[in-house]
Amino acid sequence: MNRTRRTRRGARMVVSAPSRVAGGLLAHLLLGLLAVLFLTPTLWMVFAAVDSEPSLRAGPPTSLTLDHFTAIMTEEIVYRPLWNSLLTCGGAALITMVCSVLAAYPLSRYNLRFRRPFLYTVLFATGLPITAIMVPVYGMFVQVGLLDSLIATTLFLAASTLPFGIWLTKNFIDGIPIALEEAAWVDGASAWQSLRHLVAPLLAPGLAVVGIFTLVTTWGNFFVPFILLSSPEKMPAAVRVFTFFGQYGSVRYGELAAYSLLYTLPVVALYMAVSRAMGGRFALGGAMKG
Amino acid sequence: MGASGDLERGGGDLSRPRAERSGGPGRTWSRAARWAVPMGPALFLLLAFFAGPILWTVWASLTDAALTGARAARTDFVGVANFERLLTDVRFRDATILTALFLIGSVFGQTVLGLVLALLTRARHGAVRAAVGAIVVGAWVVPEVVAGFVWYAFLEREGTLNAVLGFLGAGEQNWLFTAPLLAVILANVWKGTAFSMMTYSAGLSEVPDDLEEAARVDGASPFQVLWHVVLPLLRRTLATTLLLITLQTVQVFTLIFVMTSGGPGARSTTLPLLMYQEALRMGDLGYGTAIALALLVVAGLFSIVYVRMLGKEERR
Repeated sequence: MNRTRRTRRGARMVVSAPSRVAGGLLAHLLLGLLAVLFLTPTLWMVFAAVDSEPSLRAGPPTSLTLDHFTAIMTEEIVYRPLWNSLLTCGGAALITMVCSVLAAYPLSRYNLRFRRPFLYTVLFATGLPITAIMVPVYGMFVQVGLLDSLIATTLFLAASTLPFGIWLTKNFIDGIPIALEEAAWVDGASAWQSLRHLVAPLLAPGLAVVGIFTLVTTWGNFFVPFILLSSPEKMPAAVRVFTFFGQYGSVRYGELAAYSLLYTLPVVALYMAVSRAMGGRFALGGAMKG
Repeated sequence: MGASGDLERGGGDLSRPRAERSGGPGRTWSRAARWAVPMGPALFLLLAFFAGPILWTVWASLTDAALTGARAARTDFVGVANFERLLTDVRFRDATILTALFLIGSVFGQTVLGLVLALLTRARHGAVRAAVGAIVVGAWVVPEVVAGFVWYAFLEREGTLNAVLGFLGAGEQNWLFTAPLLAVILANVWKGTAFSMMTYSAGLSEVPDDLEEAARVDGASPFQVLWHVVLPLLRRTLATTLLLITLQTVQVFTLIFVMTSGGPGARSTTLPLLMYQEALRMGDLGYGTAIALALLVVAGLFSIVYVRMLGKEERR
């Protein structure tokens, strides 16, 4: 029995070897085609940004120029919106990190009666479509007079990423052995001391992931600041680049492409840094096996 | 997003030592403070910005809350009037149909493309995997507004697609005008495929090799192996991913707003865009909130379908 299987298997491999090579070739061809298809739309942004005669058509630049970048480098178009983005998104990232650790530590370490329902609620909240609650949030902001406030917008952005932050952080803390903390508690350390001196250093990489995740998602968020802010000088880059598109989008392609590139590159760089630091394990979706 | 790990890992086992030291009744307060104080800020944010608005949603959808005019000063309870209006509103009906089509197209495209990419990159060399992954994930990381611009430039009359098609001898047309829904579906598939590719890759890495090997030895074709061995093992991953994609897709606003702003006419006005127009352009918060609730209902219905579809066979 054993021998027949072995021979059958050996025979099959001999027979299928050429077809397997062909299959591999086909797979590579298909992958190459898909990669090209995925890349094509973005080519326009890269080419038009440095093309001296930009159009909507992606093509090799007639001659290279950085004029589009210098043209938009004004306080009103780029600097202030980017600064606003940094303030709101950076602030949201910091708030999410701090609140997540503080909330996740008791959830991970204490036997709390409400832990299970609370975690289910958090999990549910991570999937809640934010767009659907924006109208009520807007109504609430109007009533309490928080509309057009950078601080309130920052707080809302933090709240919107907090469920995922708590969830990630709780899983990270679960991965840290409790033995060290128990030893510290026996020696009379408080929960706060053990969190600060034992857990925090081990948690730092995980917390960086939470912070950068928040930064990347909020940086790209257009709808929230678009709804909650109204004065032009408070607009973050996400909204400013859109109004720029509305004003000049159909004429100044090069500048639009340059602005888009400028606004996109920081998040791409941050994402790449994180995924590299995590050795490929971190892919934002990688932890989502059902 | 983010259904990860199991809820109870490292938590629920009773064998683990309790971190709280038991104390007398006098210490109840200090024990409560041990979790209440650190969890305070998070609880405040979640209650103020999540629970509050959600409860307000339900209430506001039953009123005629408005931004301006007499109704802004005095909000009246109007019962289910907003919902009655929804059911007779042709624009709401059209938006619901468009949302369903947008959902079906996007979810189908992202699932098939994500699965194909995950399967193709599975046995490839590390460098090929990394390169394809970087390109696909790149589309995912790009902010939604920029994705909108990029696709606008690609599909516009003067855009790249017409240049390519013209080269092949086809006539020019403004795709955003002739096929607005298809245009936004394509853009959304482009942007979202990375997520399903990553979840399916992760799911595939857990499918044991020997099962496939055994099927292959028994003479199954690659397609049969995929259909009868691999996909059934992926069912749970598939269900979760479909659910998360649906929740993501149903709320897509920015991409459509940038590319077509719901037009031409209302031919790409999905529910989020209708909600925006009613609540913020027209100032009718009550009606806009009712649309938001309808949005959640659509997402919920689709979720039930997946759970039913993928859960039933598991019971067999």
